[in-house]
Amino acid sequence: MNRRRPLDAPAWLKASLILIALGYIAVVILLPLAAVFTEAFASGLPAWLEAVSEPDAQAAIKLTLLVAAISVPLNCVFGVAASWAVAKHDFPGKSLLVSLIDLPFSVSPVVSGLVYVLLFGAGGWLGPWLQENDIQIIFALPGIVLATVFVTFPFVARELIPLMQAQGRDEEEAALSLGATGWQTFRKVTLPNIKWGLLYGVLLTNARAMGEFGAVSVVSGHIRGETNTMPLHIELLYNDYNLSAAFAVASLLAGLALITLVLRTILEWRHGDELVAGGH
Amino acid sequence: MTIEVRTVSKTFDGHSALRQLSLEIPDGTFVALLGPSGSGKTTLLRIIAGLAYADNGAILFDGDDVTSIPVQQRNIGFVFQNYALFRHMTVAENITFGLDVMKRRVRPRKQDRLARVEELLSLVRLEGLGQRYPTQLSGGQRQRVALARALARKPRFLLLDEPFGALDAKVRQELRSALRTIHDQLGLTSIFVTHDREEAFALADRIAILNNGQIEQFDSPDAINAAPATDFVRDFLD
Repeated sequence: MNRRRPLDAPAWLKASLILIALGYIAVVILLPLAAVFTEAFASGLPAWLEAVSEPDAQAAIKLTLLVAAISVPLNCVFGVAASWAVAKHDFPGKSLLVSLIDLPFSVSPVVSGLVYVLLFGAGGWLGPWLQENDIQIIFALPGIVLATVFVTFPFVARELIPLMQAQGRDEEEAALSLGATGWQTFRKVTLPNIKWGLLYGVLLTNARAMGEFGAVSVVSGHIRGETNTMPLHIELLYNDYNLSAAFAVASLLAGLALITLVLRTILEWRHGDELVAGGH
Repeated sequence: MTIEVRTVSKTFDGHSALRQLSLEIPDGTFVALLGPSGSGKTTLLRIIAGLAYADNGAILFDGDDVTSIPVQQRNIGFVFQNYALFRHMTVAENITFGLDVMKRRVRPRKQDRLARVEELLSLVRLEGLGQRYPTQLSGGQRQRVALARALARKPRFLLLDEPFGALDAKVRQELRSALRTIHDQLGLTSIFVTHDREEAFALADRIAILNNGQIEQFDSPDAINAAPATDFVRDFLD
């Protein structure tokens, strides 16, 4: 049988398309990633260890983990609440809420950061009041967390809304008709049905929360050892021409991203059917 | 258990689903709500269940006004067209759900709950399938599980929304007679929604024919056949 199926391209075309795609991935993704790790270990393991254990780097790592540890749970709760409201209920203004959830995706991160400076900064709307009461938001942890929360808040909701809409309301109605309270219904029926999608959304949120540069850069103030997160610290080291240290910290951040990627792939592989409904 | 629907109206987005509809269902009867799509039969069933609320009018169970009582406290059994089984629970967990969520002080003991599961599995003739998951069952088996689950709390009556709609003809036939047998065994007042004339006439003691949010006729199958009350009923039966 020499006949091709209608959608089959000739072999030479297929092969060259695959080669082009692989080459593109190699140049755009694999090469830079390899460069990060080679540069990071160019001066050997001791130098790498020294670069990541130096006090300012340690402070940046701790701050990044702390910011993620605060903003990921916040967005997890918010995302679940918002998707539950949108997918399982009808109310006026629902489509407006859905558009608002997407807003951080369409706004440049720098603008998101600036908004908080305008609100809470020394010359901002709430600035004088905050100063009188000795509350520091901009150039401090609260500002960094706020900016991170803003930038990462669509991830969980975006993942869950299509999933929950595809699952419909039947099971919830069944639970209610069987005498379950609203909370029991949520805990025993809704939550177990979305757990893998939720975990997936949390991973995406976490990856972005640790890697966010633009918005955090505006509100952080770049105080070494105090308000520098890992991405900001990498930029500082780079600007100081301390390339090997910059790459060492960068390799750590890239490593965290790679772990996220591996977990994501495992999730997709194990629970792909459930996640498909979420549009990924 | 008698059910009384008193001048109930319901509007969706300016479109009337039910208009001043009244209906009285005597104790122990097996009633079909029959009508074309859009006639309001599912809306009526959901309002009786408490899954939707009427704009006007009242619902009475045994003379008690339950109009503003939420679905959880109405103690009804509801069977959905698409089964609505909890996909992450086994058959046994599905059936016992209604008992598990009861307040501790009124909840039966664990062994009693398990015994109830076995009893219901044998009632719907699914003995030994308690540990399966819904996806491992056929459509007919899933609907039997849904039926068992709805009966677990010994509801005051049973409401079924197009219970055979998603099944093929042979399974439908089987499940129909199973449902009728169970109804006769338990003597439970039951209402089922259908758009299938033949099904309504084969199964029900009394049929309410709905059109355009109103009841055209509510009578026994024989009486409807003998004397259709309106032109609509006559046309619908032809």
